[in-house]
Amino acid sequence: MATVNGLLGRKVGMTQVFTAEGKAVPVTVIEVGPCSVVQRKTEEKDGYDAVQLGYVEKKAPRKETKIKRGEAHHRGKNEASKPVAGHFAKNGGATPTRFLSEFRLEAEGEEPVAGSTISVSDVFAVGDDIKVQGKSKGRGFSGAMKRHNFKGQKASHGQKIHRKPASNGATDPARTFPGARRPGRFGNETITQLGLSIVEIDAERGLLIVKGAVPGAPGGLVKVSKA
Amino acid sequence: MNQDLIRSVEAKHLKSDTPDFGPGDTLRVSVKVVEGNRERVQAFEGTCIARDGAGTSETFTVRRIASGVGVERTFPLHSPRVDKIEVRRKGKVRRAKLYYLRDRVGSKAIRIKEKPTARPVKGGAAVSAN
Repeated sequence: MATVNGLLGRKVGMTQVFTAEGKAVPVTVIEVGPCSVVQRKTEEKDGYDAVQLGYVEKKAPRKETKIKRGEAHHRGKNEASKPVAGHFAKNGGATPTRFLSEFRLEAEGEEPVAGSTISVSDVFAVGDDIKVQGKSKGRGFSGAMKRHNFKGQKASHGQKIHRKPASNGATDPARTFPGARRPGRFGNETITQLGLSIVEIDAERGLLIVKGAVPGAPGGLVKVSKA
Repeated sequence: MNQDLIRSVEAKHLKSDTPDFGPGDTLRVSVKVVEGNRERVQAFEGTCIARDGAGTSETFTVRRIASGVGVERTFPLHSPRVDKIEVRRKGKVRRAKLYYLRDRVGSKAIRIKEKPTARPVKGGAAVSAN
């Protein structure tokens, strides 16, 4: 058993490219990897097979600091805390990273070794079907029109409730059923976008060019895995 | 930094041989058309009335009067389907979008466009007579 079925990355943004036939394809550019293999989880030890990958290295801890241990800011920003550093050191010696995520293994390919790094071209090939998980843009407290695609009411003709949800349901039950679509917090949730495919790979820059849109804002962390 | 990465992706899809043209210029655009299973090149000639967008999604709009009816086509500048762009005549205009041509009626009103003052050669005869 073998190679990982996905990697962590960062959404760069969208653009469009042309196919050989001249069709314009809307694409999202994702900067994927390199990810370090932090921990290999095995059936015997952990009860399941997986690989824990790390993305974006943290700073090496400062050797000396004037601030005493236990005081605020005794550890610099982006430095690994001792327990976190221990997790990395214990399992294979990868450099501590900001993000961690587990990935399944595929039946074929090279066994990932803890401490090694994996880049885009090791995992993905042009034409692969993939899914991308990310956190959608937070939209705050949104109305029913934005949040649930309600139609809203008329703009004029004496209308007074332009963008409000008009009805809360039938009158007979004399109550509103749980789960009714109302205004509320919208966005900022984990979304997995299925049905995406790889159009191009730029191995040199570690870019994945994916057909379609991906959740989140540019710069957001995304988890790309084979579908 | 994000934009640099996006540009690096687009670079491969951009054409380097597009002529220098702008709104007001008369263009002849050769477009590849698929008919059944064979491909041929079709020309569309008219006035460029707008250029829009940047990068791979840049487009230009060409307007012509075909049998009394105004026809506009918008082409993606960098599309492989756009085979060739020829600049037939340079036009002198004072705005970037010539949408006002749509409201013009009658052949003269629609098509009149002065030639630009092609940089006069010192001592040479004046070319632009318009």
